[in-house]
Amino acid sequence: MEGDIVQMGAYIGAGLACMGMGGSAIGVGNVAGNFLSGALRNPSAAAGQTATLFIGIAFAEALGIFSFLVALLLMFAV
Amino acid sequence: MATEAHSDEGGLVFHPMDQFIVKPLFGDGPVGMFTITNVTLWMALSVIAIIALMVMGTSGRSTIPGRVQSIGELAYGFIYKMVEDVAGKDAVGFFPYIMTLFMFIVFANFLGLLPAAFTTTSHIAVTAVLALLVFVTVTVVGFVKHGMGFLGLFWVSSAPLPLRPVLALIEVISYFVRPVSHSIRLMGNMMAGHAVMKVFAAFAPMILLSTGLGLLVTPLSVIAIAAIYGLEILVAFIQAYVFTILTCVYLKDALHPAH
Repeated sequence: MEGDIVQMGAYIGAGLACMGMGGSAIGVGNVAGNFLSGALRNPSAAAGQTATLFIGIAFAEALGIFSFLVALLLMFAV
Repeated sequence: MATEAHSDEGGLVFHPMDQFIVKPLFGDGPVGMFTITNVTLWMALSVIAIIALMVMGTSGRSTIPGRVQSIGELAYGFIYKMVEDVAGKDAVGFFPYIMTLFMFIVFANFLGLLPAAFTTTSHIAVTAVLALLVFVTVTVVGFVKHGMGFLGLFWVSSAPLPLRPVLALIEVISYFVRPVSHSIRLMGNMMAGHAVMKVFAAFAPMILLSTGLGLLVTPLSVIAIAAIYGLEILVAFIQAYVFTILTCVYLKDALHPAH
């Protein structure tokens, strides 16, 4: 019985942790959208900034990956 | 974890995480320090593929490059330009290291996309070693080049004086989180992508056999697998690119620590 409750808590926690991915999705969309709006204003400067774009996306995405990892740990390691 | 045998379960069941199990290549003894496992095999394969590409690309050099030579030159030029642009002209001494990192990760990612292959970069043990090597290299380079001046990286001299200790604390924490996020980003992306593909791949036959809706849903699921596979090809390249470009960014911080 007690183990079942712990199991249930782990699964609920894993589901809650997945909300973090939504936040990182908003962040990545923000970065890409702002890049696009800037790039359309000044297309000649856009090509040189793709590296910056990917760095920004990587930083925003890392936090979503962290929450994914928490979910995985709750599912398989706890 | 998912290492137990699933023999007692009947019917159609699927285990999307089973593809990440490390098992010995010969026999089924325990996995020790020097056991040859499927990880060893696929790492060796990616190294052999890189050597083959580079040796074949540079052996018959011609002014009009062939296919293999074009790809080799493309990869070389791409990484060289990245190091020069992001890390600065004085960082080109680290170009061989960064090129090695990129080629290994990109080949491991792409070979992992083959059916029945093993993705070595989906294991934290592999990516953590890569990220820790970058972290140690960057820190040592910073201290060798600038001595104690490297600590200026943490002391934001453009900020108002009362704020600086707080910022220094944040900078120190973010510096030490670097290897964690650096390794988990690659591993998480690879593992999540492959798990999703397996989930969809198992979903298609399961719904076909279980409900009357199967004939409608299964084609959609198969199309979704193809779409996700296409996305994974993109992700495999982008994650290798991101890993390399972050290495360049960290290297730039070490070479020019002043804010």
